Amino acid sequence: MSALSSPPKDQFLQDADRTTGDSPRRDAVRKALHNYQSARNRTGATFTDWKAARAAAATIKHEAVNHLDQYLEEFERQFTARGGKVFWASNSQQARDYILNLAKARNVRAIVKSKAMTGEEIHLNEALVAAGFGVVESDLGEFIQQLKGEAPYHFVFPCMHLRRDEISDLFNRELGTAKTDSPEELTMIARRVLRRTYVEADMGISGGNFIVAETGMISITENEGNARLTVGVPKIHVALVGIEKVVPRLADLALLLPMLATAGTGQHLTGYNSMYGGPRQPGENDGPEEFHVVLLDNHRTRLLADPEQRDALHCIRCGACLNVCPIFKNIGGHTYGTTYQGPIGSVITPHFRGLQDWKHLSGASSLCGACTETCPVGIDIHHHLLHNRRNAAAQKPAPGEGLLWKAFAVLMRRPALYKLATKFAPLGSMLHPLIQGTAVDPVIAWTATRDFPEAARKSFRTQFKAHQAAKQQGGVR
Amino acid sequence: MNAPQNDRDAVLGRIREALRIPAPLHHPAERSAGGEPTTAHFREWLPPVGPTPDERLALFTQLSETLRSELILCDSAATAASHVARLASENSWKTLGLHRGELTSAMEPHFPADLERLWVDEGYDKDALEASDAGLTECELLVAQTGSVCVTGPSSGGRVLSVLPPHHLVVARRSQLVTDLTEAYASLAAKYRGQYPSMISFITGPSRTGDIERILVLGAHGPKRLTILLLP
Ligand code: SF4
Repeated sequence: MSALSSPPKDQFLQDADRTTGDSPRRDAVRKALHNYQSARNRTGATFTDWKAARAAAATIKHEAVNHLDQYLEEFERQFTARGGKVFWASNSQQARDYILNLAKARNVRAIVKSKAMTGEEIHLNEALVAAGFGVVESDLGEFIQQLKGEAPYHFVFPCMHLRRDEISDLFNRELGTAKTDSPEELTMIARRVLRRTYVEADMGISGGNFIVAETGMISITENEGNARLTVGVPKIHVALVGIEKVVPRLADLALLLPMLATAGTGQHLTGYNSMYGGPRQPGENDGPEEFHVVLLDNHRTRLLADPEQRDALHCIRCGACLNVCPIFKNIGGHTYGTTYQGPIGSVITPHFRGLQDWKHLSGASSLCGACTETCPVGIDIHHHLLHNRRNAAAQKPAPGEGLLWKAFAVLMRRPALYKLATKFAPLGSMLHPLIQGTAVDPVIAWTATRDFPEAARKSFRTQFKAHQAAKQQGGVR
Repeated sequence: MNAPQNDRDAVLGRIREALRIPAPLHHPAERSAGGEPTTAHFREWLPPVGPTPDERLALFTQLSETLRSELILCDSAATAASHVARLASENSWKTLGLHRGELTSAMEPHFPADLERLWVDEGYDKDALEASDAGLTECELLVAQTGSVCVTGPSSGGRVLSVLPPHHLVVARRSQLVTDLTEAYASLAAKYRGQYPSMISFITGPSRTGDIERILVLGAHGPKRLTILLLP
């Protein structure tokens, strides 16, 4: 990956150049995504009315997000009454400090983690490791990425870009296991390594897919069972969850869980959907003694304050918009340089990390609208990309761009001037190759990677006149 | 390092400030007369399930197959126990983790004498449970629409028994098979009246992953096999 010091946009352009040139990997990723899309379409087709279901899902999330304060307080009341602890973190520093402090106070020795994009977002693992704690990712894809020292490639399929031989080599190098080309054997290697970890760990850290206000629960969706073990065996459970994950009622999950599974992976329901309401309760034979929920803001309230784009907080992180995105398919997940990749990442990252530094992501879109079409909660994703572009330009117009538009307006309002310009355009076209791609080329941004379209020898108006004249001569047909 | 301060008021303050301007709803849901989309409506949009118990069972059977769960219809607890005994001998099990329940207790006397029982009800040794060959549990419900088994702490021997051993056996009665998640949640709400167990989990097939080249592998971390023994 590129050095952290280069600005996000430069890193993006460099990485996009490199990844689009790697055709074998690009083809493999496209094929995998295509298969997910077909599975999704098959399962979606079993719905009696997907569109109505989608509208209802959007309404539920709209209600939750637009009464976020009330529902979070309700969650807190319910969860606390069942013996859980809630910590509200304004930023990543506070969230990290809370978890680190807890680990120290409880003399934690080993930590096992199930998948949490919020953990990636606040760089939790780095902080834990720096403080001397061992932390092991238990989701297979995350486990592989952690061994590789690389960020997840896709927030639902973290290592989808890797081939089995690369994973086999990685395991061979890092774990000393024999090489194999069987995905089954590779999975079993991870299983063996992690079995002990669950039993030995004294803290389990998870994310959360939904916060259920009504019953004070955190709902976790997974396929492997690693999250169930992560929050079932160790004596302390910490769930790090973004504040926007709220749903009002437990029964809302009867709709949202099947939609998340269908949109994300094409399953009717993901392997394990588990709702955790508090630590071990009186009369229960196991479960953690402590359950802490860290509610993470970290600039989500900035997005909330933008009513035009507030619905981006409805996102249930199914990953469907990545799977259909022509840009994602070509540049791959790492190029984004963000925790949340793909179209939804391009929408929200500028709000989280600064519009000017991340506006280029909103430019990286064909505006085909496939993301909006596929989103199970009806987020207007591609229009939000346009909104980001507009907002970025309004905040800080590109140098010279204002002038250019003014000149264009002058030209367009004066037919005589326009005519003159079209006369000279072919001449410009003829002379352009002399300077094409050099520093004095006025359209270098375009010509560096593409040909500039040639101006027509005869303008439309000239051709139209000639055509009309010919028609008159030949009579009306 | 001292514990950081809990920023509750700051976060709530920012939320309230942000929400002062309302946001439009882009996709208004199909509403019941003037109200919220009710949970009863979900049923009209999700994949259909036939109305009769037989249709429910047919769908559950079909989904179990797709999910690679093993569904075995048994006519009594003794028959169910004989299937456990068969699996134990086929796979050379030494230890079976289990909890006390109406059905599991009825089955247990029929198990082979040399199959060690690890009861988890009064607490258990984690290492011993991890080393067990299988875990036998009851469940709250089975869900026809999704092919799922719903387990909770009280119904299924706690949080871990149903997920740590490599083979999960579930014993249930046919009357526990409900239509969909909506019915499952309603039934849990009626049973627990707000005093929910600390875990409710819908298990849909054996543990699985497709993380490596999208090739399905069972038994990523949880059970490689899920056997459902269904009594009348
Ligand atoms: S924006 Fe929509 S499609 Fe994309 S991840 Fe979120 S919920 Fe899924």
